[in-house]
Amino acid sequence: MVVDLSHQAPHLRKKARIILDDGSQWEGRVFAAGGERFAEIIFNTAMVGYQELLTDPSYTGQAVVMTYPLIGNYGINPQDFESRKIFLEALIVREYVPFSSNWRSTKTLKAFLDENAILGIDQVDTRALTKHIRNKGSSKAVLTVFDNPVEEYVEKLRQTTVLERYNVAKFASCDSKYTWAKPPKTEFRVAVIDCGVKYSILNYLHQQHCESTVYPSQVHGEELLEQGFDGVFLANGPGDPQPLHNLTRVVRQLLGKIPLFGICLGHQVLAQALGLKTYKLKFGHHGINHPIRNLQSGKIEIASHNHNFAIDPHSLGEEVLVTHLNLNDHTIAGIRHKTLPAFSVQYHPEAAPGPQDSLYLFAQFCQEMREFRRHRTQPQVLLSPWINCALSPVQEYLA
Amino acid sequence: MKRPDLASILIIGSGPIIIGQGCEFDYSGTQACKALRKIGHKVILVNSNPATIMTDRDTAERIYIEPLTVASLEQIIARERPNAILGTIGGQTGLNLVIELHEQGILARYNVEMIGATAAAIKKAEDRLLFKNAMDSIGLNSARSAMAFTIDEACQAADSLGYPCVVRPAFTLGGTGGGIVTCQAELEIIVAEGLQSSLISEVLIEESIYGWKEFELEVMRDCNDNVVIICSIENFDPMGVHTGDSITVAPAQTLSDVEYQSMRNAAIAIIREIGVETGGANIQFALNPVDGRMIVVEMNPRVSRSSALASKATGFPIAKFAALLAVGFTLDEILNDITRVTPACFEPSIDYVVTKIPRFHFSKFPNTPAYLGTAMRSVGEVMAIGRTFKESLQKALRSLETKRHGLGFDKGEFTNLDSQELRELLRRPNPERIFAIKQAFVQGFTLDEIHQLTKIDPWFLYQISELVSCFANLTDTPELLWWAKRQGFSDHQLALKFGYKNELDFRQRRLDLGIKPSYKIVDTCAGEFDAYTPYFYSSYEYEDEVEVSARPKILIIGSGPNRIGQGIEFDYACVHAAYACREAGYEAIMVNSNPETVSTDFDTSDRLYFEPVTLEDILNIYEKEQALGVIIQLGGQTPLNLCRSLHACGVKILGTSPESIDIAEDREKFKSLMDKLGIALPPSGIAFTAEEGLAIAADLGLPVVVRPSYVLGGASMGICTSVEDLRRYLALARNEAAEEHPILIDKFLEKALEVDVDAVCDGVRCVIAGIMEHIEEAGVHSGDSACCLPPFSLAPGLIQKISAATTAIALALTIRGALNLQFALKDEQLYILEVNPRASRTIPFVSKATGVPWAKIATQIMLGATLEQLNPQVTQQSFYAIKEAVLPFKKFPGSDPILGPEMHSTGEVMGIDYDLGLAYLKAQYAAGTLLSDEGTLMVVCDESENLRIEELLYGFREIGMKLIKLSPSALNDRERFRTALGQIAQQEIKLLISLPFSTPQPEERTLRLAALARNIPLITTFRASQLALAALCSKRKNPVMTQSMGEFLSSSSARDSC
Repeated sequence: MVVDLSHQAPHLRKKARIILDDGSQWEGRVFAAGGERFAEIIFNTAMVGYQELLTDPSYTGQAVVMTYPLIGNYGINPQDFESRKIFLEALIVREYVPFSSNWRSTKTLKAFLDENAILGIDQVDTRALTKHIRNKGSSKAVLTVFDNPVEEYVEKLRQTTVLERYNVAKFASCDSKYTWAKPPKTEFRVAVIDCGVKYSILNYLHQQHCESTVYPSQVHGEELLEQGFDGVFLANGPGDPQPLHNLTRVVRQLLGKIPLFGICLGHQVLAQALGLKTYKLKFGHHGINHPIRNLQSGKIEIASHNHNFAIDPHSLGEEVLVTHLNLNDHTIAGIRHKTLPAFSVQYHPEAAPGPQDSLYLFAQFCQEMREFRRHRTQPQVLLSPWINCALSPVQEYLA
Repeated sequence: MKRPDLASILIIGSGPIIIGQGCEFDYSGTQACKALRKIGHKVILVNSNPATIMTDRDTAERIYIEPLTVASLEQIIARERPNAILGTIGGQTGLNLVIELHEQGILARYNVEMIGATAAAIKKAEDRLLFKNAMDSIGLNSARSAMAFTIDEACQAADSLGYPCVVRPAFTLGGTGGGIVTCQAELEIIVAEGLQSSLISEVLIEESIYGWKEFELEVMRDCNDNVVIICSIENFDPMGVHTGDSITVAPAQTLSDVEYQSMRNAAIAIIREIGVETGGANIQFALNPVDGRMIVVEMNPRVSRSSALASKATGFPIAKFAALLAVGFTLDEILNDITRVTPACFEPSIDYVVTKIPRFHFSKFPNTPAYLGTAMRSVGEVMAIGRTFKESLQKALRSLETKRHGLGFDKGEFTNLDSQELRELLRRPNPERIFAIKQAFVQGFTLDEIHQLTKIDPWFLYQISELVSCFANLTDTPELLWWAKRQGFSDHQLALKFGYKNELDFRQRRLDLGIKPSYKIVDTCAGEFDAYTPYFYSSYEYEDEVEVSARPKILIIGSGPNRIGQGIEFDYACVHAAYACREAGYEAIMVNSNPETVSTDFDTSDRLYFEPVTLEDILNIYEKEQALGVIIQLGGQTPLNLCRSLHACGVKILGTSPESIDIAEDREKFKSLMDKLGIALPPSGIAFTAEEGLAIAADLGLPVVVRPSYVLGGASMGICTSVEDLRRYLALARNEAAEEHPILIDKFLEKALEVDVDAVCDGVRCVIAGIMEHIEEAGVHSGDSACCLPPFSLAPGLIQKISAATTAIALALTIRGALNLQFALKDEQLYILEVNPRASRTIPFVSKATGVPWAKIATQIMLGATLEQLNPQVTQQSFYAIKEAVLPFKKFPGSDPILGPEMHSTGEVMGIDYDLGLAYLKAQYAAGTLLSDEGTLMVVCDESENLRIEELLYGFREIGMKLIKLSPSALNDRERFRTALGQIAQQEIKLLISLPFSTPQPEERTLRLAALARNIPLITTFRASQLALAALCSKRKNPVMTQSMGEFLSSSSARDSC
């Protein structure tokens, strides 16, 4: 139980505006930090997990609108961080709750935002803003406590760089390599290419007896191959995969020589390495309730999502198999190489926040490393080719 | 994929509305029936409750309104030979029946498959020990506990677990018989009750987790083992108060993702382990607030009260999908109705806060203290949606219709309590506790202190403290008024705060400032996708996203929370109104606050506003929608009470004019009208003060009937046989009645026969829908009296007279729509008791018995149709339909189970047969009164009754029953009284007829309570005894047969045509 004694009723707090590049503006009140931020604005529909969202490096450069109206309810605890700091630019909510009630809570959300100088705005009609973003697409926005005219901000926004075609991942990556806690019994040694890796991923690898070494995203392929790792993990991260030419080249170099597993941005980079193209979604997928069909088992996984880009299905070649499908909009949610040990998913099996229906993918990665070890001499017969299961269309009985 | 082998499916409804099993199962059942019919299944439905939409002609292929007993279900199965039976839709009643059918080998004999959940899964979920073992096997904690089959075993178990501990009977409804006990003496009492109410005489003694945080998850699973969580619910009232009696909030508020996901994982593991193959389940968890230790409390392997709430809270129709999953569909094959493009296999995300508050009616049971525990006592509930918890809490509180306009701040405060009294109110859970918390903050209690006393999570308490400080700091400025409205404060509260004349005065100020509510859509996906749901709620936000169509619109005002006297019957009528409006080409707009109902299914109307049924909220919607008019005569007294104010605000009232309503409700005006028409009224008077009351009574001569005008279900209504009685009642009635409404005093017509009439009128013609003869004599509230359609003892001339009087009154009042009249017949003289210018509680019963949708016809009249055009065909019935009331006395220990002018029943059943006796027998069976013609009958009555009952007793002897007769003097003999009590306790007595003594004696009451506790049929009126005898005689002559409603009705029209 932690409370913000300094918290004031909204009408006593500083006004803040959110101005989008189309000139639309939204009013709110500042509840943490202050000043002005330029960011890409997106919304997230998760009803829990704000602490994980805040510290997920994939949000670099973004201002996040939470669709659930009450945020701050259970405070901040020392255990649920996904990285070393807050990566997003601002948090926009309907009502900030300055009183946290949870046995693990040690500080309030406001205190945490203030420490990291992250702007917090509440009293915003977040539903209206969400629908605006949904209809118009994620866009550039300025969040400000200052009174400058809208036109001025719109002009400024026009001049700011967009996240597309820009390597944002390097900002989320670590500066130098480090090793994650050793598991009690190491079965595999895994290299993690860090574009903004979440701690949960490292923890789940750890749980699967993997000893992880985390490399900055600028790492060279040779370095990884020389170290004798059992597998390479391509981490999640922010932004557009297209500008990540070096990384794509590195992954292409690793293909077939070492098992690969990618998540989110890692998935997109693997796709690029396999010759596929990516495109930007209108407003991305940010939430923890999307249904994914595993096309091999036919089963549904409810999955955690946080991405703005997806694989272009028209670019699919002969050697790539679609393994997972998003049932909401039928975008590609998982792929694998038909013969080589390389697979990836667009969503987040490590959840945090979100359902843990897809944790089996970490075990699958280990299984592939195990197989690869056994068949190191004959990579071409490594895995039985995946049966291209027919994509059963969603039935529309009740239309 | 849909299974091809299930051509016909039998669905079991949940029977009468009782505490713990409300009209949510009509909502679920109706959804399930419709969904299965739509995809081509033949649906056979059994339910004993006529006041349900599910028993309407269009809901299923075959409808049986028959007792929910194994015997009648076996007959139906033998006649219909269904391929499958779906028992997970009809509450605990449906589930228990399906298990019994299975265990008696009936399902196997007729080759009927159980779909939804298997017998093994149901057993595993419902049997406490099996459930606990199952939890152990998947590594989940449950409370430490031990089973007991006897009181001794229970004591041993409690000693090892330590006090306080919890007693939970296995296989019951609404937690009957359970409770927290703090010492062995308490334990023995509660265990005795628990063993009695458990269908398998088994109780669980459990470590106390009183005060822990309480959560529920609604889970769905399909035959491909896909599992999704539809909704999480957090209880405001922590462990110790039955969930049905707790304020609950969706989604969970105080769990982080880590904790929520571990609960989600547990829920998924549980549904798999228990083996619920398809459909929904509800799982309850308790969390230790100190360290987060999670305990699985219980699981319902079926659609439940909570799943209905979760459906309304999220927009995700759980029952409908559960039915589809049961016949083989998978979640990914079903489309989300709301987004129309995304599949149903997802987990709804909501962008608002939902608060449910139970509605209690302890005032009806003055002998039961108004405290809450693990046995459910609430009779209804409201739900409200807001963008914040504070807003939804205040909206829910004003939805309750308990004369509160939010969280207090309305002159209803506990200001006269000292801090010790307040502490007591906080410590022991009770219906008023939420207001006590607010008052405690006002009086300077700290949050921590209140938390220590209530154990309520500090998060909720903090929210309340914010409301208190917000209200204290308000000033009448645009900025702060906007802020106040955003916190859910009502116009009424703010008018009081700033000294406005009334709420309308403040409303004007608010509108002048441009402060208006905006409406938001409930869309299951937090705005991520386009939504097509016409399901809205209000909030004070910047964007109103609800567009008004160009179509002509009709606003239908619902009946709010269920309570004794205003239940599902009125919702039934409102649903028909929506159907009628839609058929006539109008846009039907529904406003209601009751999550249990069919009316708040967004499929029922064109648009649903889930809002409090108050003047403020209705005016807001009316103005936004620019409706042509408002229908107020179908939702019971709630909308009728708003009629005057709405009319004064310029709202167009459809149907009977407010002036006519006023004549019917104003005793003075009504009396002069009756005089003009030459229809007799019992001699009466009107009193504005207690003194006037006493004077009038002296004039009329005792006994008299006292009642406040404009009340419902006979609240504060009484029969006074002495002056002391009268004084007491006058004092009470003054408190209950609205200030501007006086008290009515009528001469009581002793031993008169009562008749209820339902009719429709278009102002020019009047059509009698049904004339119902009451079984019980006048003096028993019509809602508690059984009644028969058609009348069985009235001379044709008298029926003619009643019809003529009805028509005369209807036309004189220019009724446009429905009306209900009550007549009394004494010494060949017909008296009019009252006229209700609205649809009555009996409308659904009459509709079922006649096969004519009267509520719909009433609506069509309100929309301008004439009876000449509609021409409803009332055929001569070839059968008797008997409505019997179902009473909740068992849930209110200490309440004397006798019938009187104050209504106590929570629900009703219908029994139909060509033979009057059998119709009555079926009605009794359906109501759970298993009349037996063997064994001993005990009759307790005054000596003065001897003459009247002689023939009756002869009849009982004739059919071979042994007889014990006890007079008041016999009961004064300690030995004889003790013997009698023993005979009841030992269940030697099979039927107790106890006609209340003219001078009440505690012993007769004790015998009645003992019979009630032992489930021995109890009859307290002479006429009911006569019918019981007739029923038992018929039973000896003819077997009890079942027939579908279609068969009954076609036999009527066949007879009519020949």
